[in-house]
Amino acid sequence: MAYAAGVDVGSTQTKAVIIDEERAIVARSLTMTGANVIRAAEESFAEALAAGGLREEEVEYVVGTGYGRYKVTFGNTQVTEISCHGRGAVHMFPDTRTVVDMGGQDTKAIRVAPTGEIVDFCMNDKCAAGTGRFLGAASSALDIPLDELGPTALRGEKAVKISTTCTVFAESEVLSWLGKGKRIEDILLGVHQSIAARSTGLLRRVGVEEQVTFTGGVARNVAMIDALNRSLGLSVNVSDDSHYMGALGAALFALDHILAARVPSRQAS
Amino acid sequence: MTHVVGIDVGSTYTKALILGADREIAGRAMLPTGFRLTEIAEQAFGEALTAAGLQRDDVGYVVSTGFGRHQVRLADLKVTDLTAAARGTTLLFPGTRTILDVGGQTMKASRLGDGAKVKSFRLNDKCAAGTGAFLEKTARYMGYTTEEIGPLVATSKESIAISGVCAVFAESEVINHLSQGVAPADIMQGAIVSLVGRSVQLMKRVRMEPEFTLIGGILRFRRMADVIRKELGTEVNVPDGDLVQFTSALGAALLGHIRLGQLAAERGRATAAR
Repeated sequence: MAYAAGVDVGSTQTKAVIIDEERAIVARSLTMTGANVIRAAEESFAEALAAGGLREEEVEYVVGTGYGRYKVTFGNTQVTEISCHGRGAVHMFPDTRTVVDMGGQDTKAIRVAPTGEIVDFCMNDKCAAGTGRFLGAASSALDIPLDELGPTALRGEKAVKISTTCTVFAESEVLSWLGKGKRIEDILLGVHQSIAARSTGLLRRVGVEEQVTFTGGVARNVAMIDALNRSLGLSVNVSDDSHYMGALGAALFALDHILAARVPSRQAS
Repeated sequence: MTHVVGIDVGSTYTKALILGADREIAGRAMLPTGFRLTEIAEQAFGEALTAAGLQRDDVGYVVSTGFGRHQVRLADLKVTDLTAAARGTTLLFPGTRTILDVGGQTMKASRLGDGAKVKSFRLNDKCAAGTGAFLEKTARYMGYTTEEIGPLVATSKESIAISGVCAVFAESEVINHLSQGVAPADIMQGAIVSLVGRSVQLMKRVRMEPEFTLIGGILRFRRMADVIRKELGTEVNVPDGDLVQFTSALGAALLGHIRLGQLAAERGRATAAR
């Protein structure tokens, strides 16, 4: 049995996924990217190998993706995260035509063909507004762990309208609402709605075609799923592995290489 | 009742300044704004009185300015930051035609006509990359406080290019530079150069003309003025010491002083008519 791996070095976290020849996920790992990107990629891969009980030699091909993909020094090749998220999303949800990928520092809207190929994409490359960092700012301002933001926001009843665009200013706006006596739940609901509104704008620029699949680290956030559904007026696909979609896509590209390399040898025999 | 107070509730600091009957500065106070604006304005007012050795009764007029001016309950008059800045800068530098005001969360450029009238202005308040927050964030990513920016950048030997498109994205940039062994001082210098680039753009949009006066909390970092001077290729005015942070409060107080004079004149006329 041959194995393929994808390592997705994101701005905040590094994800690794190992799949078998049947395209089933056999192992995954998640580590913080930190300052040493090369080490983060190595650790992430090592952890995935350990989780799958595999030796490095058993993984025939490794594809690096994400903003730090060129730091995956042990990788055989690199593929952009846009291609990988598209590929991963279509693999998980074959009817996917639009992907919204929300990560730590960027949000991407991607339109894909039924084959998983990229038709068009759009991303916030100049400004962190409307990305996971907006949630990070709210988390530190309110001193609530990231994982609890979603469940807390879902208890909100009357969303506070967040007027700032910039993530840096959002932190002070959140504090000022708190100072004015607004409930944390309502402030957080407003924060989620504000990000969803920005992402919807981004999605409209590539054109929203159903089905829509939500990927990236922020896809684990229940309130963000809810806010996106309301803002788009549809129900987005979310998988338990949404966070690993880029790494999964990379692993699928890696498997392509393994299988393609076999064809001539089979013909030869 | 001869004294007047200007209170400038800024995004980061609240400043109060007292002017005496002869427009002399009698006292001042500065406190972090926080988010209880009404309370902080009163506190700054009280501390400025104490510094001046005055009582509340000695104050005849209070003018508030800054983003939090509407929350200042004790103000007799509220004026925009642009008006206050124009008054304050022209009191210090009468030839001022262009003002650049860089605060913690805003950057403002304005062009003045005669009599300190604001002819044109542009604000940057949507994006932290064009404000003091950009420098603060850059410093914090490297483990320095805001107050350490000045001493740190003084040791810089060269400027490292920092793109300055987003204060959040700057973090990855800073980390990359640090991991490549670049000196924090040079990264800080790069951040200042980037901020100056943005401020010159903003001044161009108001069709800047000399004389230039630079004010606001970020101008307490003298390196900022040095870089602007070099970029514009001309001399610029910068108020002395921490007056650079009090210029708008000074302008507000001056407007209070003028208003107090008008009120006295009106009372004089009314008495004469009787």
